[in-house]
Order: sequence, then structure tokens, then C-alpha cells
Amino acid sequence: MSTLVEELACERVRPETDHRILVCGGIPCRSLGCRLVKEALEEELQKEGLTGRVPVEIIGCIGDCSLGPSLIVYPEGLVYQKLAPEDARAIVREHLVAGRIVEALLHRDPRSDEILRQREEMPFYREQARLVLRNCGVISAHIDDYLKYRGYAALALALAEMNPEQVIEEVKKSGLRGRGGGGFPTGRKWELVRTAHSDEKFVICNADEGDPGAFMDRNILEGDPHSVIEGIIIAAYAVGAARGYIYVRAEYPMAVHRCREAIAQARQKNFLGDNILETGFSFDLEIRTGAGAFVCGEETALISSLQGTRGDPKPKPPFPAQKGLWGKPTLINNVETVVNIPLIILHGSKRFAELGPEGNRGTKVFALAGKVNHTGLVEVPLGTTLRKIIFDIGGGIPNNKKFKAAQTGGPSGGCLGVESLDLPMDYDSLREAGSIIGSGGLIVMDEESCMVDLARFYLDFNQDESCGKCTPCRIGSKRMLELLQKITEGRGEEQDLEILEQLALLMKNGSLCALGRTAPNPLLSTLRLFRDEYLAHIKERRCPAGVCRSLVRPWINPELCKACGLCARVCPAEAINGEKGVPYEIDLEKCCDCLRCLKECPFNAISQGGISRAEAVD
Amino acid sequence: MEQIIDKYRGDSTAMIAILHDLNAAFRYLPREALEIVSDRLSVPLSYLYSAATFYRSFDLEPCGEHEIQVCLGTACHVRGSERILDALSRRLGIKPGETTADGKFTLKRVNCLGACALGPLVSIDQKHHGHLTIHQAERLLEAYKDEHD
Repeated sequence: MSTLVEELACERVRPETDHRILVCGGIPCRSLGCRLVKEALEEELQKEGLTGRVPVEIIGCIGDCSLGPSLIVYPEGLVYQKLAPEDARAIVREHLVAGRIVEALLHRDPRSDEILRQREEMPFYREQARLVLRNCGVISAHIDDYLKYRGYAALALALAEMNPEQVIEEVKKSGLRGRGGGGFPTGRKWELVRTAHSDEKFVICNADEGDPGAFMDRNILEGDPHSVIEGIIIAAYAVGAARGYIYVRAEYPMAVHRCREAIAQARQKNFLGDNILETGFSFDLEIRTGAGAFVCGEETALISSLQGTRGDPKPKPPFPAQKGLWGKPTLINNVETVVNIPLIILHGSKRFAELGPEGNRGTKVFALAGKVNHTGLVEVPLGTTLRKIIFDIGGGIPNNKKFKAAQTGGPSGGCLGVESLDLPMDYDSLREAGSIIGSGGLIVMDEESCMVDLARFYLDFNQDESCGKCTPCRIGSKRMLELLQKITEGRGEEQDLEILEQLALLMKNGSLCALGRTAPNPLLSTLRLFRDEYLAHIKERRCPAGVCRSLVRPWINPELCKACGLCARVCPAEAINGEKGVPYEIDLEKCCDCLRCLKECPFNAISQGGISRAEAVD
Repeated sequence: MEQIIDKYRGDSTAMIAILHDLNAAFRYLPREALEIVSDRLSVPLSYLYSAATFYRSFDLEPCGEHEIQVCLGTACHVRGSERILDALSRRLGIKPGETTADGKFTLKRVNCLGACALGPLVSIDQKHHGHLTIHQAERLLEAYKDEHD
């Protein structure tokens, strides 16, 4: 018997025989000019008299962002990549008219030099299990396309043949856990809201994707909004809610736009509104946008924001399942979580639970980025190793650099080092290893990444995003950031590490919400895995990765400088001044840290980290 | 102004949506505008300011004609975006969050533009420029200045 992944992939082989071009409309492809490619294609089609016969559509993200701008030509399912508007001519004349594949525009595997025609042949896709992303990059966001692939069939099935308790039972049996970061069993959460007594209940889909390095919610909302909507309606039926909201980041205007359109289409077909599909169940859905506050991803803060105020978090309990929006029982599920629901209902919890180890069923979408060859969304069964994700799917580290660490879970998460490459990526294993899956951000770092700087980066983020309501988070994050700044500037002392650890513990135990409780995680995990690097910054005033500016900036040792002027001539920023007989000096205000001067100096008078060393001498 | 408030029919829960619309219309939130909203929705002005200062999307100072956003998401960060921010800041003679004296450019740091494959990434007036080096970013700025002079 084929797996659920294979079955879904088979279903999505296009039944039509006519030509159709789907252009990737993910953010990177949009930035690289996919719209111009589309316009050029339309122009060429017109020249050949094919206007209207070959539709060209911009859809959601196809997947591998390093190939953009890219497109898929159906019915062959060929992927043409790294396109410029000029390539439209070849695609139309050669491929569409003459029936010859344009090999020059196909993707070539850099390792085997083999030409890869279809998405499924590429290692980036071959090793994935695309359940949540089943429709992303395959269909357009329009409801007609969604309906062709059994769209809203799960909703019809649930409404016609299952009562709410049976739906909840099925979700519980599937073993699905919340994909937003908490990992709480979804079925249990639904049951809590179902059994809460109230005249009114709400469902909220949390699309406030705040991790600066995660973009799966955005791609799903842009590429497959109807799967999200269908999942929310089923959730509402199960818990007994009549109103729902999708809370989206304001930074995602395209996602907001696509969702609005999708909701209108769903309403028109009576999947939303009164007496849905004549079953007597009524439910309506609205979009609300955030306004750029990371803390609003936290459930209670999100509710505050949805009610039109500052996004201040509240103490739990009461949990939103008991007292949420307007004080009523409220179910809050993440985008990726709800997209799993139609699958579970349609194919059964048993098929779903075939994927992933016990207690960690299903798949997880990771946003693979950083120092890795193939950037993009990667969906794999929970329990897949980090090695497989980074090397087999992501194509390894660019420029033959060495893997140093992977950061998971964003500002609330931690780092995994080389020793964790064979760790199964699931909720429990990651927690044991000192990190979390979080919302699925996965940033790869090589030997040129500084772990102290990374910890400072995340603390800077958390400190900036702290709402300021509770003292441990407000003051703790500030003090910790100051200490980390001191270390990265080469002014650290050994006792700082102890103070950092104490502050981290205080913040973890004393903060009101998850933001403050998890903010010390990036620091603690890097401190545990890369203590040597911290000590190098403190004791030797050296940044081994060459990242921390104060420690790597060039400095001319006046005792060694012979005032030859070579450095000043090669400096592109005109930052070096001097005259004959007097040692040259670097104006660090102008200096761009290119270090050309250092390489050129024949007397080795220029070194890195001079500022802090000079200060240390003072 | 009236249109924006009327669109939400005096619904005080729509406050954030109203602030979004005002910010887009004026390119910041003028005090006079907030006073009118306060009056019409019968909410204290301090309440509006508490939200306006809380969310990153709102500006309390007028923005420049052109908005430069430097993405400081994690993927951009590990590829060196902070140095690009520094270089642009030096070239413009302003700190992140400030506007040049001639009112032409506002320099902003943003958490993540969600285009991690393109990092380091700078967006000028919503147009993304990816895979930048410090020199390319500086040249980009110069070209932009010339074009809009």
C-alpha cells in the first residue's frame, strides 16, 4: 500500500492535457522579477497567437528559493529555473510551439551534473514528504483549482457523517500536536474548548509568524489559503464556534490579500456563512492584521491585540480555552496545524499516524535558510535527522565550508551542534538536546558564524520585542544584552558568564509569558555548546569566526608602520590617512572592514581587533 | 480622515486597523489625527498612544519620501546584514529609525521580510534588492539618490 505522501502526490498529477504555465510567486521570485517573466511570456504567446490558449498564472511558492524565478509548465510538469524575461521567447517558441524541451533552462544537479526536469527528480523535493505543502506550488490559490483536488471534501465529510465528538476523537487519535511552537496535543485542546460551557465560542488561526527566519505560514497563506480555511471550519464545527478570525502579520500584505479573496470565494460557495452546505451549521471567518509585535504570537497577547488594544500578555490560567476572546472559550491553532486537519479527516487518523515516531506524528515544515545551498521550505516526517535536512535536501554548506551549528526555534530556541546531526528532529528529542522545534525556523551556520554574536542578536531581538509589562523580562533582557554587548566588544570579564547564567535562570522562572521564559534559550544553548568561543572573546579578546566588529576591525600598529601609504591607496572607503614619516591611521567611521589594507601591508603592521587591544593597553 | 473612521463604523475594536489606515495616509500618525479618532471613538488619547507606541508598524514622526528597510532576520544576519545597515547609516548620515534632514530617506531595520533566500536583503520603497555586498548596497543608494534628484 502506498503511503499517504505518495497518494497525495499521485492525486496531484495533473489530469489535464492542455498546456498551462504556473509561475512561482514566492517572495524571492517576486523580488527577482517573476512578474516581468509572466508579462514576457504573455507577450510571446500573443506573437504566436496562443493568447488565452495557454494560461499563465502566478501562484504561491513552488519551493526551492535558490532556483528563482522559476516556473512549471504543465502537463509535462517541467521546471524551468533562474529565468529572465528574455527566456520567455525560448519557452514559448521551442517548448510550446515546437515541442522541444529547452534544456538550457532546466536545473542541473551541481553534484552529478545531471539535468533534472521535474520537481520530483530534484533532491530538494525527492526527500521531502509534502503533506502540509501538498498544494503549494502545484495549484493556484483559486477555489476552483482547490476543488479539483478534493478541496472541501473533508469538510463535507465531517459535516455529513461525523458529529463534533467524532471529529475530535479522530484528531486525538492522529497524534497531531500544535505546530506553532508549543507542541500541545491538538485534539486535547479542541476537547477543552468543546467541553467549556458558554453561549459563544471562537476559533482563531494564529498566522502572526514572528520568528525572524520562518516563512512557512506566509507561503501557505499565499499559495494554499483554502486548506487553511477548510481546516478552520472543521475546527469550528468540532468545538462549536460560530465566529473565527485569522490573525495575520501586517508585514504580509500578499497573504492578507489572498486570504480575503479565498474567504469571499468560500462564502460564495456556502462553505462559510449560514447553514453551511445545508447542514444547519453556521460559521463565519474574518481577517485581522497585527501591527508588528513579536509577542502577539503568544496566545493571550494575540487576544489582547485582536480586541483592539496593546498586545499585552496575561497570566495563564485561565487559558484561552476557558476564557479567551471577549472572555469566551477560544481555540487558537497555528496555520500549519489547521492545514493538517482536512487530511486527517479525509484519509483517517491511522494513515496520518503512519508518519513520524510515537508521540510525534505527522510532518513538520522547516524554513531552511542561512549558510545552506538550497534555501526554502522543507517538509519532512517528524523524526527526520538534521543531517538529512541540511545535506541531502538542502545540498550542504556553500563554498565547501564546514557545518558549525543549526539554530532551531528562532528567538525562543537553541542551537544544535555537529554532534546533533543524527538527532531525530521531533518535539521531544530537540527539547532533550536543549532546543525546540518552535515554529520551524532552521538557520544553518558555518565556521564563519559567531555563536556569541548569534546569542547577542537574539537577545537584542527579544529585548526589543519585550512588552515591558513584567520586570524579569523587561530588565533581565536589558541587562543580559548589555553583558553580551560588552563581551562582543572585547570588554568582557569571566564573571560575566556566571551573571548571565543567573539572569537567564531568573528570566526563565520569573517571566509572565513565553517570550520572557524562552528568551534566554539562545544564550544558554550557545553557552553550553560553545563556551570556548565565549572565553576566546573574553580572555583573548578575539572573535574566532571573525564576526564581532570591535574584535575584527583593522588597526595600524604605530610602532610597525613605515608610512609607505600602500594601505591608503588600496582602501576603497578612503578611510586611511597619513603623511610621510608619520604612522598612518584608520578612520573607523569610514572603514568598511574589507581588510584589504591588512592583506596589502608589507610590514604586517595592520592587525584585527586592534581597538580593543589598544584599549586594553591603555 | 472622516472616511477612514467611518469605514469602521465607530467600532473601537477596529482601532488597530484605523491606525494602519491613518499611518498609510499620512505616512505617520499626527497628533491632530489621533485627537480626532479619540473624540470620535470615545477612547482616551493615552489609550491610542499606548497602542501606537507598542506596535512597530506605526510611526510617530513623519517618514521620508523613500523608505529603506534593511532586513535583520536571522538568515540575513548570519550573512552580514548589520554591516550593510551600518554602511547605509554612514552614507545617509542618520541612525536607523531616523529620516534625513531633507526628508528624502528614512532608514529602518525590520525583523524579517520573509525572503531568507535573498539575504542580505534591503528593500527600498517595497522593492527588494537581495544578495548585497556592502559596496553594492552603497552603490544602490547612490543610484537611487541620482534617479530621484
